[in-house]
Amino acid sequence: MTRPVNPVRRREPLTDAQLLMTISICIFVVMYALAMLLLGGGFLKTQQLFDILNDNAYLIIIACGLTIVMIGGGINISVGGVISLTVMACALFLNGCGIQSPALTFIATLLLALGIGLAFGLLQGFLISYLDIQPFIVTLAGMFLARGLTTMLSVNPVKVSNSGFQAIIKTKIEIPWLGYVAKNGNLIPARLETGAVIALCVVALVYLMLRYARAGRHIYALGGNSQSALMLGINVRRTKMLSYVLSGLLSGLAGFVFLMHKPAGNASVAMRSEMDAIAASIIGGTLLTGGVGNVIGTFFGVMILATIQKIIGLSGLNDSWWQDMANGAMLGFFILLQSVVLFVRGKGGPKLPWLKKEKPRQS
Amino acid sequence: MSQRKKRSRGLGQLLIPLVAMGLLLIFNLFRDPGFFSIGIATNNSGNAVLTGNLISIIDSASELAVISMGMTLVTAACGGQDISVGAVGAISGAVFAKVLLGFGSITGATVVLGFILSVLATILFKLFNGTLVAVFRIQPMIATLILYSCGRSIAYWINGDATPQLNSPILSAMGMTIPGIPIPTPIFAVIIVGALMALIFRLTTTRLYIQSVGINQGAARLNGINPVAMKLLSFALLGVCVAVAAVIGVSRLGQLNHKTLLVDIEMDAILAVAIGGNNLGGGRFRLSGSILGAYIIQMLTTTLYAMSVAPVNVKTYKAIVIIIIVVAGSPVVKAKLTALLNRLCYAGLPSSAHKGVN
Repeated sequence: MTRPVNPVRRREPLTDAQLLMTISICIFVVMYALAMLLLGGGFLKTQQLFDILNDNAYLIIIACGLTIVMIGGGINISVGGVISLTVMACALFLNGCGIQSPALTFIATLLLALGIGLAFGLLQGFLISYLDIQPFIVTLAGMFLARGLTTMLSVNPVKVSNSGFQAIIKTKIEIPWLGYVAKNGNLIPARLETGAVIALCVVALVYLMLRYARAGRHIYALGGNSQSALMLGINVRRTKMLSYVLSGLLSGLAGFVFLMHKPAGNASVAMRSEMDAIAASIIGGTLLTGGVGNVIGTFFGVMILATIQKIIGLSGLNDSWWQDMANGAMLGFFILLQSVVLFVRGKGGPKLPWLKKEKPRQS
Repeated sequence: MSQRKKRSRGLGQLLIPLVAMGLLLIFNLFRDPGFFSIGIATNNSGNAVLTGNLISIIDSASELAVISMGMTLVTAACGGQDISVGAVGAISGAVFAKVLLGFGSITGATVVLGFILSVLATILFKLFNGTLVAVFRIQPMIATLILYSCGRSIAYWINGDATPQLNSPILSAMGMTIPGIPIPTPIFAVIIVGALMALIFRLTTTRLYIQSVGINQGAARLNGINPVAMKLLSFALLGVCVAVAAVIGVSRLGQLNHKTLLVDIEMDAILAVAIGGNNLGGGRFRLSGSILGAYIIQMLTTTLYAMSVAPVNVKTYKAIVIIIIVVAGSPVVKAKLTALLNRLCYAGLPSSAHKGVN
C-alpha cells in the first residue's frame, strides 16, 4: 500500500460486491434508457416503472430473503412453495372468517402469512444449522411440503371474496405529479400499490440490517469463512438459523404481498420464482459461495429481469420461449462478467487462459 | 478394532437407504401383501409382459436411476449439483426426435444414428456447463441455472411447436418390452449403463481421481491430476446418462413433449444422490447408493399411489419421508444414536471403556 494518502478525504476502493452492484445498476439504467428511446410509448411514463414494481414486489421480497441466505453460504429453494401455501391459506382464511373490517383483516392475514413463513423458516433452519443437513435437500423437501400442502388445502383456485380485503387492495398510493394526461384531458396519477411500498421498505430494512446490525455482520462472517467466524466467537449455528428464519418470514410476507396484487389462491402460484430470485441475487452481485453480496444489487437484479420481460412483451415477441432465452442469456452474461471481474481484481477468480499474462492488480 | 471400523464404513453409507427400503417393504407387506404379486399379462401389441407393483417400480424408476448415476459423479467431482438435467434431457429428446422425423422412417439404423447424435448433442451442452464450472470456477448450481431456465426453450426451438408422434414397433420395444422378453426394456438400459460405469471405475483409476478432485482440488492438482479434465469428464458422463434417460422417456411415450419430458427430474435425482448417503459437498461417492435412492423414491411414490393418495397430495408425504430419512442420516443424529447405543451396551463399565470402543 504505497498509494499517496490524502489526509483529508481518503477514498476507499470499491469492494467486489459494490463493483458488481454498480455494474448491474448501470446495466439497468442503460437498458431502461434504451427501452425509452427505442420503444417509447409506455416506457416514457412513470407508470411503467411503477407497474414493474407492482408486478414484482413479491419477487423483490423473496430475493432479499435469498440474498441473506446466500450471503450466509446457504441456499433456500422453498420460497416459491411457501408463497403458494401462504396465498392459498390466506385466501381460504379470508373467505372462511367472518371479519369484514379492513384493518382487522389486514392484521389477521398478515399474521397468518408471517406465521406460515416463520414455521417453515424455523423448521428448515433447525434442520440445517443444528442437525447439519444439506440446505439444498432440506429446502427441496420444504418446497415439496409447501406445494403439497397447497394442493391439500384446495386443488381448485380460490378467489378472495372478503369485502374488507378488497378495500385494502383498492388502496393505492397515487402520485399526481408523476402521472400523465390521458387523451380525453384527464390527469391519470401514477399508481403504486401497497405491496410495492412494502417491498421497497423491506429492501431498505434488510440493507440496514446487513450493514449495521450485529446479526447482519455475523451473517457476512459466517458466509465468508464459518471456521474463522466460529473462532471469533460468533454463534455460527444461531446465525445460520437466523438467516433461514429471516428468509422464511420474508417468503410469508411475499405471499401476503402476492395476495394483495392478485387476490386468488392457486396451486401454481409463483412457480419457479425461487430460481428467478436466485438469478436476481446473482445478477446483483451475490456470490453463492457466501460472504459477498448486497441487497440493493439484488433489487436491481429483479428490476433487470422484470424489465427484460416487459421489453420482450412490448416488442411483440410475447412468448415464454423468448423470455426464457433472454433470461438464460442475461444470466450467462452476468455470471461470466462476475467471473472476469473477480479475476481482474485478483481475488481468487478463475484462471482464464487468455488473461494469464496479466498480473493481478493489488487493490 | 480398525478392521471393524473399516467394515462398518463400507456398509455405513448404504445402511440408511437399505433400512429405509426395508421399512418401506415391510410397511407394504403389512398393508397389503398383494403389493408384491407379480403376474404375466398380455399388452396391447400381444406380448407377454410382467405386471405388478414391484416391476412397475423398477421400470418407471429407470430414467431416474440412470440420471442419478451421472449426478453422483458431478456431485463428487464438483461439490455441487447440476439442476439442468431435465431441461437438457428435453434437448436430447428433441434431437432424437428431429433425427427420426428428418429421415421419415424409423428403422434400426436411424434409431441408432438418432441416439448417437442425441448423446453427442447432450455431451456438448453438458460440456458447456462443465466449462463454466471447471474453467470459470462458477458454482455448479449457478452455472447450470442458465440451461435450467432456457433448456426447454431450446428443445422447443429444435422441433417447433408440435409434440411429434413417433409410433414404431422399434421404439415401443425400446420403451416398453421387446416381444418375447417379458421384462420391460428400460430395466436393461439401467443394467447396461450401471455395468459400463462399474467397468470404468473398476478397470481405471477414474474413481480415485474424481474423488480426490472432489475432496481437495489443490492437493489433487499437486499430485498430477488435472481437476479441469476430471470435472469435464464427470459432466460428459452425466451427458451420456441424460441422453439415455431422454431416449427411454421418448420411446416410452412414443412422442416428444418438450414441456413434460423428464420434468422435475433434477430435484429427484439430487434427492436420490443424498438419500444414497453421498456427501453433496463432493468427495467419496457410491453409485449403488444413488441407484438405491432412486428406487426408494419411486417405491415411495408407488406405495402412496397404491394407498390411493391423490396424485397432487403425494408431494406432501414424500417431503415428510425425505425429511425423516435425511434426519436419520444426519451426522449429529448418528453421533447421538451411537453414543446412546454405547451407553446402553456398556452401562455398568467405567467411562474409559466407552472411549476404548469409540
